[in-house]
Amino acid sequence: MEKGKGLARRWAVELHDASSSSSSFPDPPGFTRSAPEADDAATARQRKDSEVAWKGQKAWEVAQAPFKNLMMMGFMMWMAGSTVHLFSIGIVFSALFQPFNALRSVGKVFEPFKDPRVDTLAPKLLFIALNLAAMGLGVWKLNTLGLLPTNASDWVSSLSPAREVEYSGGGIPLI
Amino acid sequence: MIWETNIQTSTASKSLLHVLSSNKVAKDNLVLVSTGRSIYAVSSIDGVISWRKDFTLDDLEIKQVIQSPENDIVSVVGVAGSSKLALYQLNAKSGEIVKDAQESLPGGLCGETVLGSHDVLIALDQTRSAIFVIEFKGLSLSYNKVRVSNFVQDLSGTVKLLPLMSNGIIALQSSCTVYLLKLKGMDGLEVIHSFDRPAAVSDALAITEKDEAFAVVQHVGSQIEFIVKVTSDLSNEVIREKVDIDQHRGSVQKVFLNNYVRTDKSHGFRALIVMEDHSILLVQQGAVVWSREDGLASIVDVMASELPVEKEGVSVANVEHNLFEWLKGHMLKLKGTLMLASADELAAIQSLRLRSSEKNKMTRDHNGFRKLLIILTKAGKVMALHTGDGRIIWSNFLPFLRASKSGEISSALRIYQWQVPHHRVMRENPSILVVGRSGGDSVSPGVLSILDSYSGEELNSQRFDHSVAQIIPLILKDSSEQRLHLIVDSNSLAHLYPRSPDALKSFIHERSNLYFYSVDIQENAIRGYSLQKSCDLNLEDEYCFSTKELWSIVFPSDAERIAISETRKLNEVVHTQAKISADQDVMYKYVSKNLVFVATVSPKAAGEIGSAAPEEASLVAYLIDAVTGRILHRVTHHGAQGPVHAVVSENWVVYHYFNLRAHRFEIAVIEIYDQSRADNKDVMKLILGKHNLSAPITSYSRPDVTVKSQSYFFTHSVKAMAVTQTAKGITSKQLLIGTIGDQVLALDKRFLDPRRSLNPTQQEKEEGIIPLTDSLPIIPQSYVTHSLQVEALRGIVAIPAKLESTTLVFTYGVDLFYTRLAPSRTYDSLTDEFSYALLLITIAALVAALVVTWVWSEKKELRDKWR
Repeated sequence: MEKGKGLARRWAVELHDASSSSSSFPDPPGFTRSAPEADDAATARQRKDSEVAWKGQKAWEVAQAPFKNLMMMGFMMWMAGSTVHLFSIGIVFSALFQPFNALRSVGKVFEPFKDPRVDTLAPKLLFIALNLAAMGLGVWKLNTLGLLPTNASDWVSSLSPAREVEYSGGGIPLI
Repeated sequence: MIWETNIQTSTASKSLLHVLSSNKVAKDNLVLVSTGRSIYAVSSIDGVISWRKDFTLDDLEIKQVIQSPENDIVSVVGVAGSSKLALYQLNAKSGEIVKDAQESLPGGLCGETVLGSHDVLIALDQTRSAIFVIEFKGLSLSYNKVRVSNFVQDLSGTVKLLPLMSNGIIALQSSCTVYLLKLKGMDGLEVIHSFDRPAAVSDALAITEKDEAFAVVQHVGSQIEFIVKVTSDLSNEVIREKVDIDQHRGSVQKVFLNNYVRTDKSHGFRALIVMEDHSILLVQQGAVVWSREDGLASIVDVMASELPVEKEGVSVANVEHNLFEWLKGHMLKLKGTLMLASADELAAIQSLRLRSSEKNKMTRDHNGFRKLLIILTKAGKVMALHTGDGRIIWSNFLPFLRASKSGEISSALRIYQWQVPHHRVMRENPSILVVGRSGGDSVSPGVLSILDSYSGEELNSQRFDHSVAQIIPLILKDSSEQRLHLIVDSNSLAHLYPRSPDALKSFIHERSNLYFYSVDIQENAIRGYSLQKSCDLNLEDEYCFSTKELWSIVFPSDAERIAISETRKLNEVVHTQAKISADQDVMYKYVSKNLVFVATVSPKAAGEIGSAAPEEASLVAYLIDAVTGRILHRVTHHGAQGPVHAVVSENWVVYHYFNLRAHRFEIAVIEIYDQSRADNKDVMKLILGKHNLSAPITSYSRPDVTVKSQSYFFTHSVKAMAVTQTAKGITSKQLLIGTIGDQVLALDKRFLDPRRSLNPTQQEKEEGIIPLTDSLPIIPQSYVTHSLQVEALRGIVAIPAKLESTTLVFTYGVDLFYTRLAPSRTYDSLTDEFSYALLLITIAALVAALVVTWVWSEKKELRDKWR
């Protein structure tokens, strides 16, 4: 099937069933069908332990992934310079949106590692912290570009003149 | 122009021009110019003054220059004082006095003289009831005094000499009759003809060697009668024609006769008639051949008015007057496209296109470019011009300003917006207010008239029982959206208009906050007044308010004389009160409607440039708060003198004067900033709204202003100055400078920024600050008028369009000029060249491509599924 998918669709009929062969043919000498079952509990625990370890390890890896991203973003920002143009705006917005999206899907990212015995809280916290740091970097960049209303001037620039109480008209009398 | 010569005259007196005729053609003839007691001979070839003679007799005023036919002797007759007659004979080539004689005449002279024949002078005596016949043969002056009543029966009142005839015929005008008199030697005159109530009499026009023709125009009902007579035969009339004339042109003021030779060698006459509204008509063969609104050359005031809103559901036939016209137009256009049209028809098509083109429509447009310019002329005619092509939409010669109707000299003063309908009274048409004065002097009673600004119809007119010294439009409006106006009379009483209880109520409510000030140039003082409850004199008149002087600034007359007073335009819109520099620092503008700029010059330097030494000349500029009379700023320019032109806008003043030390004109700028609000810099407070920036300002709080100023050299002398106005005040400003060359120069306000410095920092450069130079650049491309000249430019008016980036500029003088300016380019609209078609085609093509590719992909997917 795997092969046929790429080429063309083909009908295939499997006439021999694997399960039926086991019953009709005797087991080879030295092979005891019950051996794996006997070992079951020990191997299962072992496998589970390794899986938990693996999950934990993976979770930490996923949690640290934004760090690389962060470094790259920093480099990109440094390259973009501090003047407002298309490139720098694009970088700043991607720097703001990537962590934002990542933060929104924190649960989904750590879904595969969900396990009552795996502690995903610490990696989650690290993930969130790193993403927040990335977002902070974006905001900082936004500020260096002068796009954040942090100055008094940003708040008064469109303030219309205050109303005057008194009015005095006149001038040179008409001759 | 070949040459132009300026002759400096010391006193204001009537000047005469006399061209010496010489038999030798193409020789250098002299033009004699006499003014006051001097006579100049100017070469007609190159304009060089070849000689000049000043007569020593005191108070001499030259009345006549007579050339003797035989030799190069010019006789100059002048009147000195009230009774002395002087005769000088000069050599025309050198200007030397050959002979002179003087004679005192009993009874005095009123100054009017006329030449009876080449050696007889007729002069009117002081009482205007007797005539001197003065003969000067050689150097002997002999005279005879004749009483007018001796030869004119039932004469009433005084008479006037008309500079009319020769051939020994003199025209005399009494109050209602014109008499033609014949000179009979020295001892008498004889009435040979008289006209009853003529409107105008023309000068005599020589048609043959000894015959002269003249024209008389009389009003007959709604028509005018045009009569031409010949002096040799006064009993006959050459022409008597009746001509229909528009009633709204008023009465005939003057008539000028012109003749032509018909094919049968007889003389035909045409006349140029000047009407009361200063329009001129050419009359020939009983019809008006053409007419011209020359009143437009003497504009008193201008304002802009909106056009009507386009109404939906107006049928084509209605717009094009009638269906036939409409069909005819389309036939013409069809002919044009099929190339069958003649030249006349092509012109008709062109004019049709122009009339129906977008910019000439009679409705309001989205951008507010189409407007009506409402113009008040000196004659008292109100006209509305369309900004699209300058055509006259309507005109109204206001009856109350017609001298022929009211019997007195009246003058048109100002024009204001009276009513701009909004919400409640949307259905009504906007109206305008015209204020005039019925009488020559400042104490004569005023008149007002309210006109519909769409049609020009007079809605209401009113004669005041008080004079008009100042008209103050207020910001207040009554319930029918009529703007309140205060008219201050010469007794400093304020009268409120419109006279409605509603207006009175809203005025009383605001009265304590209303003030007015008066700049008295004679007394060299500025005075501020408050309005009291009611009139002292007239208690019944509740629309009259007495005033109380609150403050006065009296300038020392020996050192300063008021040259100019200027304020912000009342309708100017300021977008923001903050000015932000590149380093994010905030300065708060001192924006006040009550800011008055006054400039004084030292009286010694009040004359022409060059009449005073730099040490004795100085110019002082004041910024005054008109409510409290507080001088906010004062700066002295030593060695500077007028004429001063100034413009005030937002928080700055720009003024133009002459620097005597540098021998150049200068433009200075003052910007005023409010220091009392400068500490509003805490971002958190601003975010939370805890600031006092939008609190109402009172002039009675202690002002704390800082001032920045700078001055620059400027090449031109200036005739008028204005600043661009936009709808919201966001767009940067340009100064509009009417130069001496009758052109308008648009100068960016950025060049007049006191923060300019020699080496601006990088930040300042980013902000757009131009490095400081000593003189303002004149970029030829920034002439708004391009290569055109607005002859005798007098005023520039900037009107905001609805589109923020654009301002409409109207310039007037003898010529009128109108254009549209965008000081910061048209950033809020696409240019005319923008191809909307291309945009639409691109969008359509994209949509089509989208559909096609979608269909393709669907098909391909289906095909793939079936494979």
